[in-house]
Amino acid sequence: MLDAKIPSGPLSEKWDKHRFELKLVNPANKRKYNIIVVGTGLAGGSAAASLAELGYYVKNFCIQDSPRRAHSIADQGGINAAKNYQNDGDSIWRLFYDTIKGGDFRAREANVYRLAQVSNHIIDHCVAQGIPFAREYGGLLANRSFGGAQVSRTFYARGQTGQQLLLGAYSSLMRQVGAGQVTLFPRREMLDLVVINGQVRGVVVRNLVTGDIESHAADAVVMCTGGYGNVFYLSTNAMASNVSATYRAYKKGAFFANPCYTQIHPTCIPVHGTYQSKLTLMSESLRNDGRVWVPKATGDKRPPNQIPESERNYYLERKYPSFGNLVPRDVASRNAKAQCDMGKGVGETGFAVYLDFKDAIRRDGKDVIAQKYGNLFQMYEKITASNPYEDPMMIYPAIHYVMGGLWVDYNLMSTLPGLFVLGEANFSDHGANRLGASALMQGLADGYFVIPYTIGGYLAQMDHTEVTTDHSAFKEATQYVNEQTGKLLSINGKRTVDDFHRELGNILWEYCGMSRNDDGLLKARKLIQELREEFWKNALVPGLSEDFNQSLERAGRVADFLEFAELLVMDAFERKESCGGHFNEAHQTEEQEAMRDDENFCHVAAWEYKGDDTEPGRHKEPLVFENVELTQRSYK
Amino acid sequence: MTKSINITLNVWRQKSAGVKGGFETYHAANISTDMSFLEMIDVVNEQLTLDGRDPIAFDHDCREGICGMCGAVVNGRAHGPEEGTTLCQLHMRYFSNGDTIVIEPWRAKAFPILKDLAVDRSAFDEIIVAGGYISVNTGGAPDANAIPISQEIAEKAMDAAACIGCGACVASCPNASAMLFAGAKISQLALLPQGRPEAAQRALAMVRKMDELCFGNCSNERECEAECPKEISISNIARMNREFFKAGIGSAVM
Repeated sequence: MLDAKIPSGPLSEKWDKHRFELKLVNPANKRKYNIIVVGTGLAGGSAAASLAELGYYVKNFCIQDSPRRAHSIADQGGINAAKNYQNDGDSIWRLFYDTIKGGDFRAREANVYRLAQVSNHIIDHCVAQGIPFAREYGGLLANRSFGGAQVSRTFYARGQTGQQLLLGAYSSLMRQVGAGQVTLFPRREMLDLVVINGQVRGVVVRNLVTGDIESHAADAVVMCTGGYGNVFYLSTNAMASNVSATYRAYKKGAFFANPCYTQIHPTCIPVHGTYQSKLTLMSESLRNDGRVWVPKATGDKRPPNQIPESERNYYLERKYPSFGNLVPRDVASRNAKAQCDMGKGVGETGFAVYLDFKDAIRRDGKDVIAQKYGNLFQMYEKITASNPYEDPMMIYPAIHYVMGGLWVDYNLMSTLPGLFVLGEANFSDHGANRLGASALMQGLADGYFVIPYTIGGYLAQMDHTEVTTDHSAFKEATQYVNEQTGKLLSINGKRTVDDFHRELGNILWEYCGMSRNDDGLLKARKLIQELREEFWKNALVPGLSEDFNQSLERAGRVADFLEFAELLVMDAFERKESCGGHFNEAHQTEEQEAMRDDENFCHVAAWEYKGDDTEPGRHKEPLVFENVELTQRSYK
Repeated sequence: MTKSINITLNVWRQKSAGVKGGFETYHAANISTDMSFLEMIDVVNEQLTLDGRDPIAFDHDCREGICGMCGAVVNGRAHGPEEGTTLCQLHMRYFSNGDTIVIEPWRAKAFPILKDLAVDRSAFDEIIVAGGYISVNTGGAPDANAIPISQEIAEKAMDAAACIGCGACVASCPNASAMLFAGAKISQLALLPQGRPEAAQRALAMVRKMDELCFGNCSNERECEAECPKEISISNIARMNREFFKAGIGSAVM
């Protein structure tokens, strides 16, 4: 029943053919259509701006005080494109292949190919917007290399590529605000989706300043609300990143795909106390020169410089002689966890490993290392007060990105007609693992170059009966939201919301993090259910609903995380294979590497909500590979 | 080395935009010096919540110094005592046991207080709406390498583009001027060939909008540059002024 609506024909011609076949909305009629875009990150900002440029009337919502602050802004590394400016053998086909292989063959060929096709247009557009990409002496654009690729195809603006691309989309968006084509609604949180006669026709949002519950009607809704990494409590996500918008859409009938595909990044600054609110990523590029090690002896508490060479275990170099410290993210992460679980971890908590630059500094000199990593060393020192030129860095893996999200077809439409999902909020392009510098590419591809075409195809044939917010469906959604808020405020228990969130994060990290097994997942599911039950009896949410109430905001998000976490664990339990970010201990090679089961699990798992007291349904979308051969990864 | 300190906080509390606010005193015990400043407020808020009191409202999001959402005046300095640092990246090791820390919101007529430390900075968005963009629609751009841009120009544009829109420049300026914010955007776009066609109109429109929104003028106090967490140079204000005057002289759009 899940029809991805992939166009027929050769891979390289599908998108052209599809764009020709999609129905168009007459330019003069576009102004008659209202589109709601939720979120203003790379996907939301670019979608809202591009749709407005076409003549649609757009209402754009964001949770922060300004659209410029969405978490896309935090990306450091860069954005991939198949420009082949370096003449080093890149092509659309190679970018497509690298992405599909990097995703461990769990993404859709047609979507990924289209992503690679439009990647070049993104760079052209961003340069035209005035984004100050890094350049060579001759004035042409510079590139750098990134993980998972043997060509140099990543465009960057210092260590702030996400910021610059987001501000580019933001400036285009603000231009449309000035033109009267976009109305902005900042400090709003989407709390429900409104479906009328089988079509998505609006949203209910909470005004985070006044507490008012507002209804907004439209002809289609485009959700660009990011990922759910914060279900783990500690992640590299921003504090407000949440699952509520996508989870509530799921409860209204949109299928949720592959929630268990979560990416853990190996080089983050370790947790240092229970008060910690978030984790900070240190660029993966550090592993080019840093050597990862732990003491050989359990519980060795000597300072690193007093531990002689003979008593250090450079476990990655030992285990993976050919890739050494440069094994992929998932392998590096799992090995760090294994060392710490054996009691070899370092630092105050014992949950960290060393990343040592001593040999690189001795070999290349401090200046060379400073030139390469100076800003990262400075950032590290600012946070930890430890000087990485003198003492090795301490790092530990952290949740960074999620590949799972709402299921969408080739048009980026969910199972609910009229609900489109873009960027990290959907599941479509990264399979079970995302390659570096691909998140920016996907967000902007979806917003600038896919949705402007595909939404027209939907609008041209939808039932365009006028709907206003007086419709009973809006009243019901508002009532539901008000009841939920009232319930949260009246629990009046003894534990703060953050305390529940922290415990939920610990459960997931322990049993559904880098390494998973059936017993642990069953246990996690039970623990989550118990915690959820306690939450509704014992949470303490202060304040009023008609107010600027940040505790209430967090309570709503944590309530959704407590339900969604169970879906994540169930999805992990049902996927009896290891692939990309999902590592099931029962499915590994003799060398402890992830082992896929292409015979039984070469499919997308899309979950259907069936009520609070009923098990959700697991649907399959088979993944058909006509153009690439499925292979097993090896890094020995 | 991690240690714990005890501090006293004097925090500005204000229920909403229209009402009178005032300082309240809180004692924070056993604060780890490894905590960020915002994590310290989290800890205080947890305790306030458990005590049945209203936690302190403050804006924050990425907590890695790039989104521009956080900010408060700490002991009289925007984003606190450490240079080139947002409030979320300031750590408690910059404080000593027994310190009293005064925390206030940004104060500027153009940034009304919403609650406690949270202010409304939508005036910044309005300045961008007035002209902080290049008028290019999605779809028609030439190849990205069609116009070479010297590395020097690209780097200068990037220096200006690093602005995070936090509002510290306005908060630290005795005139509550937004010149550094507007100057950074005007400079970024004026430096690049793509931004030249609209440079005159952009400078006029954005400067006029600043005045309209009750931001003050620049009187070369240089407080903005000193407090900017991204260390944006006031040479961007000079460049903005040049663009503005060039646009004004003999121009029909003035």
